[in-house]
Amino acid sequence: MSHASSAVEGQRPGHGDAHGHAHSAEHAKYSFLAHHFETPAQQFDSAKLGMWLFLATEVLFFGALFVGYAVLRSRFPEVFSYASHYLDTVMGGINTGVLILSSLTMALGVYFAQRGKKLALIICLWLTMAGAAGFLVIKYFEYSHKIHAHLVWGPTFYIPPHDEANAAANLGQAPVAPTTAAAAVAVVPIAGTPAVDASVIRPANAGPAGISPSAADHSLAATGDIIPHEMPEAHLADPAMPPNTHLFFAIYYAMTGLHGIHVVIGMVVIGMLIYRATRGDFGPNYYTPVDLVGLYWHIVDLVWIFLFPLFYLIH
Amino acid sequence: MSHTDHSTHSADHGAHAASHAADHPLVGHLVPVRILVSTAMALLVLTVITVAVRYIDIGEFNIWVAIGIAVVKAALVATFFMHLKWDRPFNVLVFVGCVLFVVLMMAFCVLDTSQYRDTQYTGNAPLAQETLDANAPGAPIAQQKTDINP
Amino acid sequence: MTTIEAPRHDILDTTATGDNYLTHSRGFLSWALTLDHKRIGVMYLVAVLGSFLLGGVFALLLRTELLTPGRTFVDADTYNQFFTLHGAIMVFLVIIPSIPAALGNFVLPIMLGAKDVAFPRLNLASFYLWIGGALFTLYSLAVGGFDTGWTFYTPYSTTTTTGGVIPVLMGVFILGFSSIFTGLNFIVTIHKLRPPGMTWFRMPLFLWALYSTALIQVLATPVLAITLCLLIVERTLNIGIFNPTMGGDPVLYQHFFWFYSHPAVYIMIVPGMGIISEIIAVHAHRHIFGYRFIAYSSVAIAMFSFIVWGHHMFTSGQSGLMNTIFSLISFSVAIPSAVKTFNWVVTLYKGTISLTAPMMYGLAFLFLFTIGGLTGLHCATLATDVHLHDTYFVVAHFHYVMMGSALIAMIGGLHHWWPKMTGRMYHEGTAIAACVLVFIGFNLTFFTQFMLGSQGMPRRYYDYQPEFQTYHVISTIGAYVMAVGFVTTAVCLIQSLISGKRAPANPWGGASLEWQCASPPRHDNFEHQPTVGDCYNFAPVVWDEKLQGYVVDRALDTDMPHASHGSHSHGGGHS
Repeated sequence: MSHASSAVEGQRPGHGDAHGHAHSAEHAKYSFLAHHFETPAQQFDSAKLGMWLFLATEVLFFGALFVGYAVLRSRFPEVFSYASHYLDTVMGGINTGVLILSSLTMALGVYFAQRGKKLALIICLWLTMAGAAGFLVIKYFEYSHKIHAHLVWGPTFYIPPHDEANAAANLGQAPVAPTTAAAAVAVVPIAGTPAVDASVIRPANAGPAGISPSAADHSLAATGDIIPHEMPEAHLADPAMPPNTHLFFAIYYAMTGLHGIHVVIGMVVIGMLIYRATRGDFGPNYYTPVDLVGLYWHIVDLVWIFLFPLFYLIH
Repeated sequence: MSHTDHSTHSADHGAHAASHAADHPLVGHLVPVRILVSTAMALLVLTVITVAVRYIDIGEFNIWVAIGIAVVKAALVATFFMHLKWDRPFNVLVFVGCVLFVVLMMAFCVLDTSQYRDTQYTGNAPLAQETLDANAPGAPIAQQKTDINP
Repeated sequence: MTTIEAPRHDILDTTATGDNYLTHSRGFLSWALTLDHKRIGVMYLVAVLGSFLLGGVFALLLRTELLTPGRTFVDADTYNQFFTLHGAIMVFLVIIPSIPAALGNFVLPIMLGAKDVAFPRLNLASFYLWIGGALFTLYSLAVGGFDTGWTFYTPYSTTTTTGGVIPVLMGVFILGFSSIFTGLNFIVTIHKLRPPGMTWFRMPLFLWALYSTALIQVLATPVLAITLCLLIVERTLNIGIFNPTMGGDPVLYQHFFWFYSHPAVYIMIVPGMGIISEIIAVHAHRHIFGYRFIAYSSVAIAMFSFIVWGHHMFTSGQSGLMNTIFSLISFSVAIPSAVKTFNWVVTLYKGTISLTAPMMYGLAFLFLFTIGGLTGLHCATLATDVHLHDTYFVVAHFHYVMMGSALIAMIGGLHHWWPKMTGRMYHEGTAIAACVLVFIGFNLTFFTQFMLGSQGMPRRYYDYQPEFQTYHVISTIGAYVMAVGFVTTAVCLIQSLISGKRAPANPWGGASLEWQCASPPRHDNFEHQPTVGDCYNFAPVVWDEKLQGYVVDRALDTDMPHASHGSHSHGGGHS
């Protein structure tokens, strides 16, 4: 096969029929090589670049929420300092450690896939999955405790959890029938704010800033960092609570919730990897899906690395 | 890569792959286990440091120290766990670039809101105050006005 | 021995046997589950043009309502729905996907010399995501529509009681991912699937434009996605981050929204500019002037587009500091666009201009984009924008750039690549007549709106002062003239499918790779790997009487070394 003339086209010679021959030889040797790629290296590089671009979109997706966080925190630093006390640093710290270790096991999984060690790969994938599950379990406890204590977003943040009628009404259920005729407050309906009949609502408490004097005894100011397990209404009882504290919880649930959704998606995808790994799909020649899922999992870890200090460790 | 016959090159490559099939990937880079484990250890140590720093009061620099440590941790994850150290520079550019865009958006938005912060009530607007009086008796309704005319 | 590289039998073979990407396989599933980028492009084209029809109908409805002050035939709430739907459909279903997804999908791999895009299955997924988004949008129409304006500004979007808001937000969310995946695919394709010889600076400018657009798609669209999520959450859960009574900030919503939506308008125009580079060079048979400048300016526009979003918010309550910064940077973003416009005009100078339909669209683009771009400067100037914001001046400006430029470029590109995609030639006279009709109608519609706006007529208004009526009537007449023009285009193109002349591989004399494969292309694009040369060097492109089309004769190639060496054999030489 002559090659000399091909220089005139400004390409590497050896193409034409030789190229076609080499092309099909590569495809015959590597069953995973798609028809539009020439070599496994090209396919792998493309997959990697594609994954990094997708991760860039994830960074921008979370990043916008980080921007929201930054704007809210710059406007209400006192809200963030105050409300951060309601987050359990220990649980958050454990979660951080769990994610770091699951990142390690994921990276080790990629290593073992590259070396063709199928059993080690599967074990690492299961460990990663376990780490993810552990993270979600701890998250579940954190969330359920907060929701029980009514540390939630929006106007319902200000409804004491014991106030059943109010709480139910505010959760969108039918308001309780009025027992007394009370002056209705002119309420401009905001979408999502359920209509509440003023008559079912307790009269506003007396006292400074509308807080009843007895509730002020449960002030959090002196206790600092304690999680108010025993005092679910503590946040409402604390005269030091700044206005707009609900915004902290809005952004907290938005960011950690979105992160949690990504952890769940990660678990699903790792599960698929385990299935394929068990089938023997991966080895030194082809381990791209393991590598790409690993990249995804590390981004999930990365996001948490920023979320942890920003929410749990506010001074 | 020489420009000789592709078929022999592929044969060489195949032989190469065959001899290393057991423990060397065809594509990509094999990161030794010790690097991965030491990265994880470093990350855990940095996490402990971050938590510890939170209890030291250095005023408004706390957040920057926390973010700084987080950036170091992120760099470790990206460089070693995500193999960027041995990857194509363009992938590094993609990652660094998208972070820069987030920072850009953040800078402009925070700069903007900080400019009109002084003109805003930190409490609740009067209408919200009325609403919360009725619906949420426990809500903090203290309104701190600034000196600027309402 | 001649050194014609694209062997003639390649072209003749395919048309003789009739095997091309359209006939390669048959049946609904062969289209519904296709991985062929060309078929996906065609499906997108049909879908996008269908959406254009729907969006256009809403435009005609709203312009008809505006014939008289007060009620003409609908009430104000319905009118609000008309302009909202017109905007949302045109922006999200038509203009953003049109050039990249419909034309780009078809042309990019062939122009690059690749067999397909990097991720064909992702490409198909992008298409189905578009379909999903479109279905959600249609569903939102069925459950009450939405009247928030396509910008969904809070607090109205969080409080309006029209039932279609959340479905359309979800629909746009899904469309965003369609856009992201298309962009991702294109970036990887251009980086990794360039064949040997196709260096970055040998790529046609349309590919540079698609690449720059893809960068924007990947970086900006996720922010839109999260913005829409936050809107949905705000509406359903009332978290209050955009609600001032709850400590939130409605201007924050606008920051979030425009951080995407300004780069989005460059997603709309930059591919159009790429098409114009192709059309002008090919139909003037002249090397594009300033290739590198145009290439660099495409990327520059993509990057600059991210730092000017605040110019949509000058009167929103944004701080004076940011107003000034954004105004200043917005002036600079005009520079790369101006560079391109100068280069196109200089390309025409001393060219052999063929007044084909694509060239007519190209010339229309030059005129309309100049007006649109320059009036953008009026809007970017802080002091004048205080007067012009939310008036018809802005409406006219963005229609000149979005419709008069991006859409015109798209239709010009459609005519330019129509023979390649369908293997048919359309009737040139009809196509040119339609172009002229659209051009006249467009100017009637929108030039008057500059006057309306500068005299104070606000946008999105159902009712208006009687003194504006004459302008509105002219504008509406223009809209109907445009409609006739577009219908004529449709008829012309559809008729070509039925009875159009068979197209040669290279009807216009282009030198880029897509003109070296058959019309329509084979299933795998090229029978032999094509030769990569300077895609704007038309010296070797000569008319072949027998084929009734152009061919590339490398013997005439002035910038290839050893061009006259004819001693190699056929088998080993090319590809």
